[in-house]
Amino acid sequence: MSPRDTVVEVRDFTYCYPNHAAVLSEVTFEIKKGEMLGIIGPNGAGKSTLCKSLNGLVPHFYGGAIAGTVSIAGMDTMKCTVAQLSLKVGLVFQDPTNQFSGVSTRVDEEVAFGMSMMGYSREVMQPRIEEALRVVGLEKLRERSPYELSGGQQQRLAIATVLAVRPEIIVMDEPTAQLDPIGKMEVLQTMRELNRQGYTIIVAEHEIEALATFADRLMVLDNGRIIAQGSTREILTQVKKLKEIGIDPPSVTELCDRLSNQPLIKKEELPITLDEATALFSHALRGNSK
Amino acid sequence: MTLIDVQDVWFSYDSEVMALQGVSLSIGNGETIALIGQNGGGKTTLAKHFNGLLKPTKGRVLVKDVDTKSVPANRLAFTVGYVFQNPAHQIFSSTVRDEVSFGPRNAHLSEEEITRRTAEAIEKVGLQGYENVHPYDLDYGKQKLLTVASIMSMKPEVYCLDEPTTGQDHKGRWRVAELIRRLNESGATVIVITHDMRFVAEVVKRVVLIANGKILADMPTKEIFERIEMLRSAQIRPPQITQLAHSLSSYKIPQNITTISEMAEAVREQLSALGNLKR
Repeated sequence: MSPRDTVVEVRDFTYCYPNHAAVLSEVTFEIKKGEMLGIIGPNGAGKSTLCKSLNGLVPHFYGGAIAGTVSIAGMDTMKCTVAQLSLKVGLVFQDPTNQFSGVSTRVDEEVAFGMSMMGYSREVMQPRIEEALRVVGLEKLRERSPYELSGGQQQRLAIATVLAVRPEIIVMDEPTAQLDPIGKMEVLQTMRELNRQGYTIIVAEHEIEALATFADRLMVLDNGRIIAQGSTREILTQVKKLKEIGIDPPSVTELCDRLSNQPLIKKEELPITLDEATALFSHALRGNSK
Repeated sequence: MTLIDVQDVWFSYDSEVMALQGVSLSIGNGETIALIGQNGGGKTTLAKHFNGLLKPTKGRVLVKDVDTKSVPANRLAFTVGYVFQNPAHQIFSSTVRDEVSFGPRNAHLSEEEITRRTAEAIEKVGLQGYENVHPYDLDYGKQKLLTVASIMSMKPEVYCLDEPTTGQDHKGRWRVAELIRRLNESGATVIVITHDMRFVAEVVKRVVLIANGKILADMPTKEIFERIEMLRSAQIRPPQITQLAHSLSSYKIPQNITTISEMAEAVREQLSALGNLKR
């Protein structure tokens, strides 16, 4: 595959859970290999359902009615099993303990569990376990029980279990929502590192100020529809539109939007990160230093 | 008036590690306070002393001048309401309405009063329309709002909320903030345990920083976010807007800025001063 190949292609995708109205309506987007896409939007907008549609849990596990297509690494999710899809796309849930097998007493056993269910030999599994633990930084805790880890460590273990299968695409559904700040930072850094290594990453996330520093693109979901998608900058600088659906842009972006009547701040060049804002104001206020 | 007086409290769960090591603080009527600090530092352990869920190993806690050791915790529940971090540790009814009416019913209030308080609490947290829903069919953020409502129906004088913004989307965060503001305006004292520093900056007036079982700082919100070194040592990152103020310290931007409005004001002021200089 060349680096810019399309690895996810979703066309006019509409989905209803059994006996419910549509939770996703006419969703269309694509993702290139190696991209990091952030999905933002209020709770109930359909972010989780969209994540589950990318690895086939929707509709194979949940049932319901579908229109349109979801294609992952060239595979039509309707025509493949969840097991086949799991080789290409790994899903990380909000609560890491939901993901654990519940039978492993050690961290490394937990990483092996998914692979052993797929019938991999010990020789194949061993190097993959090492690699996965190294990437998420849990080598030293390999003998610990998964239930004796901190929240951030548990979530990194969940990511390692997904990594061991070596999928091309990793989908994360609010992986930091229930973590403390240190845990959030650990998981966000792991995410960034995986992306740097070439993994394609799709993440539903409320941590906008973190997304601003490393997502390539953002998609805004509201009431099951994509209401905006584009580069992270294009999306986050639409301050009014975001606030209308209840999303807070980064504080520095909101600040500069309020100051955009000042000659030094251009509406089309609003900063989205702390570093950008510091640079902008250092420039604007130069000659004013103590 | 002092509502809760914590006097040199030490506490251990298992006689090996002291989870609290000589904590003293007093909480007055009508205050809004955040307990901050990393997990494992003692925030929740301390908060559970406020309503007698835990009793000190050494030292004492007075709630309206009554020693918590001398009364059962269920009596203190009328004064200090405690909302757990994990909704599953609190929810046990099979509908939203039953969950919210449990407290008043248990207190043997009249059926009329129970109905009135239940409806009011459900409305205040924004769960109207969900009265007959099973609590576990709500998303995590709404479950947290439900646990707040089930304490509101008891009308305590003090609310202790353990991580109320976890699992909330941005709208949910501001709904919780608004709820706290309204509870406070109606006279209640509100204590929140939280990791969300933007929420702290915009919602509470006093911050207590706890680490390793001790109080590291107890001061007005504006002052604590100026203590860059202390926050760093406790691995706490101030709100982004405060970080911006800190990184612009050499440009006459005040260092105690905690909100976007304050920062906008400070920048306007400096820009206009600069304009004057240039002219």
